[in-house]
Amino acid sequence: MSAPTGSTGQHAEPEEEFYTWTGKTRRWVLKKLPPDKLLPQDQPSYVASWIYVFGMGAIASLVIIIVSGLILSLNGPLWWHVSGFGHFINSTHLWSVEFFFLFMVVHLWGKYWMAAWRGGRVLTWITGVVSFAVSIVAAFTGYLLQTNFDSQWIAFEGKDALNAVGIGAWFNVANLGQIFMWHIVLLPLAVAAIVAFHVILVRVHGVVPPLDAADTDAQLQPAPQPVPQAQTLQQPTEEPTEVAR
Amino acid sequence: MSKPLSPMSWRKGTGIAGRPWKGQVREYDLFKELTIGVIVVTVLVVGVSLILSSPDDPSITLKTWANAKPADFVATATAELGGTSETAGYGPPYNSTPDATQTLGPIDLQSFSGVRIPIDTAKDLVIHPLSTLPNPPKEIATWTTASDKQRTDWTAAYSKALDKAPDNDPAKVADGSYGPVPALTGSLLAMAQEGSLDGVLQSRGSFYNTDYTPTILFLGDGTYFPDLATSQHLTGDQWGMMNETGNYPGQSWLWLFSFFYQIEPVKSAANADILVVVIMGVLTLLLAIVPFIPGLRTIPRWIPLHRLVWKDYYKKR
Amino acid sequence: MNSLLALAAGESPAIYLGWGDFVIQLGNFVVIIVMLVLFALALVLPFPAAKRRK
Repeated sequence: MSAPTGSTGQHAEPEEEFYTWTGKTRRWVLKKLPPDKLLPQDQPSYVASWIYVFGMGAIASLVIIIVSGLILSLNGPLWWHVSGFGHFINSTHLWSVEFFFLFMVVHLWGKYWMAAWRGGRVLTWITGVVSFAVSIVAAFTGYLLQTNFDSQWIAFEGKDALNAVGIGAWFNVANLGQIFMWHIVLLPLAVAAIVAFHVILVRVHGVVPPLDAADTDAQLQPAPQPVPQAQTLQQPTEEPTEVAR
Repeated sequence: MSKPLSPMSWRKGTGIAGRPWKGQVREYDLFKELTIGVIVVTVLVVGVSLILSSPDDPSITLKTWANAKPADFVATATAELGGTSETAGYGPPYNSTPDATQTLGPIDLQSFSGVRIPIDTAKDLVIHPLSTLPNPPKEIATWTTASDKQRTDWTAAYSKALDKAPDNDPAKVADGSYGPVPALTGSLLAMAQEGSLDGVLQSRGSFYNTDYTPTILFLGDGTYFPDLATSQHLTGDQWGMMNETGNYPGQSWLWLFSFFYQIEPVKSAANADILVVVIMGVLTLLLAIVPFIPGLRTIPRWIPLHRLVWKDYYKKR
Repeated sequence: MNSLLALAAGESPAIYLGWGDFVIQLGNFVVIIVMLVLFALALVLPFPAAKRRK
């Protein structure tokens, strides 16, 4: 939040003054997340493992969950019982959720074994766990909207845990209208917001380096044949953060 | 190279993990990866959906129940009248039955919301629906004018008699002083068998209604509905929380939640639900704060799977 | 193969695998195994080398 004084001169940027809330916000955002960090063209050399694809797999699944959910929304909660196409869309909604959790869990395991919270990345870890928890609630409300035998039973059985903690009146699993709103408005907004925040944090902090990385590692020495473009791209990302430290 | 900070610490510190990477880089295309990801997952999802589809066991109704297991229906209706059903003794948010709530020591979260979804089982599930009939049974008046003591005696006697009757068949119940109870429950059975009880209980006098609470609770108070769920391995003590009907995967991510219902002392505790919710809440919190917990955060160093993740990096050191 | 699909699609009675108090439905079991296998493969399989820009 504090303005980097002293070394700002290095940049020789135009002397734009930030005196409004809006301007100060822009300065803060650009310092935390300059465009080349938000949308990078390269990543550190250690980002080379299949374990890195599962986060993106979960996001891709979330995209399909939302698209199939939108199609189901267009037709209402009972459509899929009476339409072959509706049943197919319901199937894609179910399976994209199964894949979403599958990828998310493997992603979580991977990040744990990489101790990916190191180096100031703890909020990234926490938002990841929160998005997992919120997704579980969102999926649960989806099961309650099946409007079939399974949802009837889940409503009957599920009420006890919610009533026991005193929230069964606001989150009444047998109240289809209420659960419908939770499932198609409140919880999707919550999941989307927390996942977006999680992804932005990943971009802000960068991917965590290997556990045993040392300054003497060959890959930490300046690249043998530096690509001029990559060099200039990298420069601004380093400076502000270093100043901030 | 770094301060006396644990290498597993979440703190930014001065180590490599807390600094921007200055070493070698590789080309990486975020949007291309996203596009490929969406295409691959779409193919997977569409493929699996075409091959395996999704389950849809039809819902059951009070009509289904009353026709399939009339004896169970009558016994349940008697319990609703007498206030001895599970719902009648549930406590908040449905009613204020004393000492019915699940507590954790002195903490009584269940009472926190108060009675916000009031359900008087005799009135709401039996008497009111019967009063909507074109020719309501005249026994309603007998019931409403009787004393509480009288009502309890009638329903208790009838429940006992139903229990003893061959096949629990209401038609084979021995004579006794049951007051208006057999007539009331018999009329309700007829109403349910025709299908009109479903509508009356659901609409409760208004045109729009999306709240199925009374019907779900009524269904659950019997044995027909829970027995169907048991046969599909859906009940809590069968790991049912995770299960979907048939062989479809269900909410397997609820495995730990489900697990605690299978083990003692939770399994047979009267306050099992609050215990499990609290345990899961604590465990979820612990997972969120793993980076702060010495020991838990160090396991990845003791069991160095990271050597496999970054095998290329470590090879080229 | 057909019987396998019929099984998955719930056309034949569901299968539950059990060890004592531990019972798991086939579909959930498959999902969990797939997760573990994917995790193991992700650690073990070599990742393709990135193209180097000239």
